[in-house]
Amino acid sequence: MKAMRDGFLATLLDRMQQRDDVFFLTADFGSPLLDRMRQEHPGRCINVGIAEQNLINVALGLALEGFKVYAYAIAPFLTMRCYEQIRVGLALHAQLRPVQVTLLGVGAGMSYEVSGPTHHCLEDLAILGVLPHMEIHAPSDAATAALLVDHTLEAPGPKYIRMEGKPLPDLQAKVSPAALEEGFRLLRPGRHLVLATGYMVHKALRIADRLSPGTLGVIDLLRPKPIRSRALQGLVAQASSVVTLEEGFLGSGGLDGMVAHFLREAGLHQPLNTFGLRDRYLFDLGSREYLHQCAGLGEDDLVAAMDKLFRGLCA
Amino acid sequence: MTAVPAIDLVAKCREVRRRTMEVNRIAPETRLSSSLSAVEILVALFYGGILAHKGAEPLWPGRDRFIASKGHGSIALFPILADRGYFPPSELDRVCQEGSFLGGIPDGIIPGYETTNGSLGHGPGVGAGMAVALKARGSESQVFVLVGDGELYEGSVWEAVMFAAARRLDNLTLVVDANQGAMLDFCRNIIDLEPMLARFEAFGWHAIEVDGHDVHAVQQALQHLSSQRQGRPKVLVARTIKGKGVPSLEGDPLSHIKAVSSDELDALIREYSS
Repeated sequence: MKAMRDGFLATLLDRMQQRDDVFFLTADFGSPLLDRMRQEHPGRCINVGIAEQNLINVALGLALEGFKVYAYAIAPFLTMRCYEQIRVGLALHAQLRPVQVTLLGVGAGMSYEVSGPTHHCLEDLAILGVLPHMEIHAPSDAATAALLVDHTLEAPGPKYIRMEGKPLPDLQAKVSPAALEEGFRLLRPGRHLVLATGYMVHKALRIADRLSPGTLGVIDLLRPKPIRSRALQGLVAQASSVVTLEEGFLGSGGLDGMVAHFLREAGLHQPLNTFGLRDRYLFDLGSREYLHQCAGLGEDDLVAAMDKLFRGLCA
Repeated sequence: MTAVPAIDLVAKCREVRRRTMEVNRIAPETRLSSSLSAVEILVALFYGGILAHKGAEPLWPGRDRFIASKGHGSIALFPILADRGYFPPSELDRVCQEGSFLGGIPDGIIPGYETTNGSLGHGPGVGAGMAVALKARGSESQVFVLVGDGELYEGSVWEAVMFAAARRLDNLTLVVDANQGAMLDFCRNIIDLEPMLARFEAFGWHAIEVDGHDVHAVQQALQHLSSQRQGRPKVLVARTIKGKGVPSLEGDPLSHIKAVSSDELDALIREYSS
C-alpha cells in the first residue's frame, strides 16, 4: 500500500530532474519525498509557512511568470482557508492568462478520522466544483495519482487533486491512459452503477462483493469535474439505475450534484440515488468505518439500503 | 520604454488629476477619492523613469511588473495607460459603459493591469511570487505593488510581508498610498496603523516615507528604492490625502463613498484645464 501523495511526488521528482519550470510550494505540510525534493531542488521548493492565502497568491505570481506551480497543504485548509484567493487568483485569472497551478490537497473526506471536523474535508468538491475553469481530480490509489503528474505539467488551467490521507491498495496494476482521458474507469460491471471517488471507491467494491453477483457495478470517477465522457454515457445508458456514494454533504453541489448534472446534460433518465452525509458535522471519534456508521454510511447500512433499493427498482 | 525624464511631472499630475475627474464625471461608480490620492505615485512610476514598460506590448518580458492592488483606487491609471499607448484614449469616454473594458474595479482584461485587483490584500503576495520568479530566471526586472493603507488590515498582506523578507526579495517594492482613510472612517479611528514605518522595519523591510503629493519627492524615493538591492524588500509609505484636489472630499472621513456634484466636478475640470 502506498500513499497517493508519495505516488504523485515520486513521479514529480523524476520530472523535475529534466525540467526547470516547476515550483513546489508547501504550507508547512510535508512528506519524506518532499524532504528529498527540498534537498535536491532547494531553489524550487518553498515552504511558505502556515499561510494558505499567501500560498495561493505566491503560486499565482509564479504562474503568471510562466512556471508550473504546485501548492501543497492539508485539503480542508488548502481549499477553504484561502478560497477567495483560489477564486480570484486562479479561477478568474485562468480566463485571461495561463495559470498552471495545481492544488495538491491531502486528507480527502474523513482521512484524518480522529482529528475531528476541522480536519475532515467534506465540502471541497462542492465549493471548488462551482468555480469556472477549475478541474478536479480524485484519484483512488497511488498509481493513479502518479499518472496525473504529466497531465498537470502539460494541461493549462488550475487543477485540484483531492488525495487520501492514508495509504490505500492500488486498485489496478496499470491504469490505462484512456481512463485518465475519459476521467473514469469501470472497475466492476453490474446492472446498477455506483459512481464514487477516492476511498469510497474501495468501499463501493466491498459493498458490491456483498450484493448478489452482477448487481452493483463500480465506477471510479477519477475526474469529478468536468465529467465529459461518451464512454461513460454509454455505460450509464445501459444501467438500471445510478448511485452516488460520497464523503460529502448531500444536496450541496458535491458528487451527487455533479453526477445529476452529467445525467441531465447527457439526456439520461436513469433513476439516481445518492448516499452521503446529511447536514451535520461529525464530532465522533473512532475508525473511518465507525465514523461512517455514525453518519449512516456504515458498510452494513449501505449493503442493506442498496439491496432494498435495487429490489424495489426491479419490482 | 522607460519614460523620458524631461516630462514636466507637476503638469502631468494636473492633467492626470483632471482626466481622472473626467472619468468620474462619465462614470460616477468609479472611486474618485481613493484614486486622486494616488495620482503623484502613478505619475512618478509611469513618467518618472521608474517603471520599464511598453504600452504597445503590455506583456513585454523585460517590463517591470506593476500591480495596482488597491484596484478600486487606481482609476487615475486609466488616463495614464491611455496616454502611454496601452489602449486608445477614446476608451476613456466610455468607462463603465456597455462594451467597455474599463470598469469601476479594474480587471486583468485591461492592458497594463497585470492582475485582477477588486479584492484587497492579494497584490503583495502575487507580487512576491512574481519577484521569486524573476529572480529564478535571473531577470533584472523589478516588481512594484501599490496598496492602500486601509488594505493593510487584510491579514494576507502580512503573510506576504513576512514571506518577502524571508526570501530576501529585494526586487520587490511596496508603495503604500497612505491616504489615512478606509471606507467608513479614518484609519486612526478604526485600528490605528501607525507607526507604519516601524512596523515594516520590524518585519525586516527597508522602509522610507515621503510626501505623496510631491511628485519629485516620490520619484526620488522610488529611484532610491529601485537602486537598493541589499537583500531586503522595500516599502515606500506615501503620505497622501484622500480626495486630493477636490475640496469637498479632502478631510471628509466618508470621502470614499461620497458623490461629488457634477457642478463641482465641472468647475474643477475647468480649473485644472487652465
